[in-house]
Amino acid sequence: MLTSNNLQLGWRREEMAKRTALDIPDGSYVNLGIGIPEMVAQYVPEGREVIYHTENGLLGMGPAPTSENSDPDLINAGKKAVTAIPGACFFHHADSFAMIRGHHIDICVLGAMQVSKQGDLANWSTGEPDDIPAVGGAMDLVAGIKTIYVITQHCTKTGDPKLLEFCSYPLTGKAVVSRIYTNLAVIDVTSGGFKIVELAPGISFDYVQERTGSKLLIDHQYND
Amino acid sequence: MIDKRIDSLTAAVADVFDGATIMIGGFGEAGSPIELIHALIDVRAKDLTVINNNTGSGHVGLAALIENGQVSKMICSYPRTLGSKVFPKLYRNGKIELELVPQGTLAERIRAGGAGIPAFFTATSVDTPLAAGKEHRHFNGRNHVMEYGLKADFALIKCKCADRYGNLTYNKTARNFAPIMAMAATKTIVQTGTLVEVDTIDPEIVVTPGIFVDRVIAISDPVQESKLIAEGMSYPC
Repeated sequence: MLTSNNLQLGWRREEMAKRTALDIPDGSYVNLGIGIPEMVAQYVPEGREVIYHTENGLLGMGPAPTSENSDPDLINAGKKAVTAIPGACFFHHADSFAMIRGHHIDICVLGAMQVSKQGDLANWSTGEPDDIPAVGGAMDLVAGIKTIYVITQHCTKTGDPKLLEFCSYPLTGKAVVSRIYTNLAVIDVTSGGFKIVELAPGISFDYVQERTGSKLLIDHQYND
Repeated sequence: MIDKRIDSLTAAVADVFDGATIMIGGFGEAGSPIELIHALIDVRAKDLTVINNNTGSGHVGLAALIENGQVSKMICSYPRTLGSKVFPKLYRNGKIELELVPQGTLAERIRAGGAGIPAFFTATSVDTPLAAGKEHRHFNGRNHVMEYGLKADFALIKCKCADRYGNLTYNKTARNFAPIMAMAATKTIVQTGTLVEVDTIDPEIVVTPGIFVDRVIAISDPVQESKLIAEGMSYPC
C-alpha cells in the first residue's frame, strides 16, 4: 500500500533547485528559465556572487518585490515582478540577446518536456495540430549558452519517461543539454548516453532505469 | 525648426494605412503603448501586420486591436502569454496568420532592419522546425540559418522621457524592443510620460537618439494594462 511518503519519492521541487544551485560557480552570469529554474536563485550557497540575466533587458535581477515596491515596468522573462540589485543595468532586447548569442552568459537553467540521450532538448511545442506554438527565447538560449542545465520531473504527469533515446516533440536545440536534475537523480549527458551522477535519497539505480527511456550508465560502468 | 511634438492621439496615428506593417513595443504590458494602440483602433486601419513579442492579454491594447479584426498577421515569439485569449481563438479558427520567430532572432531582425542590414546568419533554430526551408551555411564549423532584417511602415512605442527632437529615455524593463523598433520603422510614433525642454536630458544617457523618432505625444498618466484587465475592461467599450 502506498503511503504519503511513497507518493513523494525523491527530491521535492525546492530540493531540485537547491541541488542545481550547488553547481553554479562563484562569479557566474546565469539565465534562469520560467518555473522551477527560477527557484535556483534562492539557494546559491553563501559566499558566491552570481549575476542573474533576464532576457527582457535586465542584468542583476533580484528577488520578487514586496507589494509596495512592485513596478509593472520591472519584470522578468516570465512577466513576473522582480527587483534590480545594486549594480544592475537595463538594456534593449537586441543587446540582451547579443549577451546570449555572443556567448557572454555562462549558464542557463531551463525546464524540459523531453531530453534525448544526445542532449537534444524539446521544451516549446507538442507539435499537436491544436497547439499554439510559442518559442520565446528558448532556441536562442540553447544555441548561445555553452552550459545548459535542465530541471524537470523525471516523468510526465501520466508517468511517461521524459528522458529518451530520441525526442518525439519538435526540438528546441540539438545536443545542447549538459546535465539534468530530476526528482530522482542528477544525470549527465555524455557521449555514451545518460550517466547517473547522483541518486536522490532512497532511490535505486533500477528505479530510475525503469522510468527512463534510454539505457543509463553509472560512474563505474562508464569510461569517459 | 524641428519639433516632433503632436498633441492629438488620433492625429498621431491618422496616416496608418490599410495593409501597413506596424511594430508595437512592449514585452507583455511593460512598455506597451496602450493609448497609441487604442488610437489605432479608433482610426480603424485594417489588414495590418503587427510585430510584437506577444499577442496581448484580456480585451484591451494589442488584444483589442486583434479582436477588432484589424490584424491579419502577427510576427511574434510567444503568442500565448497568460491571459491571452483573443489570438489563440482566432488562430485555431484560421482567422489570423502567425509567423513564429525566436525572441533573439526577432530582436536581431529588427535591429538589422533598422541598421540597413538585409540579412544575417545565426545558430538559433538550426535543427528545429523553425529553420525548415531557410538557407543554411557553415561558419567556424557550425551550422547557421539565414534570417532577414525586418522593417515596418510604423512603430508605436512608449518611453519615460522625451524632448522635441525625439531623444528618448525609458523606464527599467519597459525599454525592451522600443529602441530597435524606433530604428526599423519609416515613421516612429512615441508616447512619453514626460516631455521636457531640449538640453534637459543628459546627452550621455539618451537611449534612443532623436533621429529615429518622428512624432512624440505626452501621455502623462498612462493606463496600466493589468489594471484594466483586472477591472474587466474592454476597448472600445
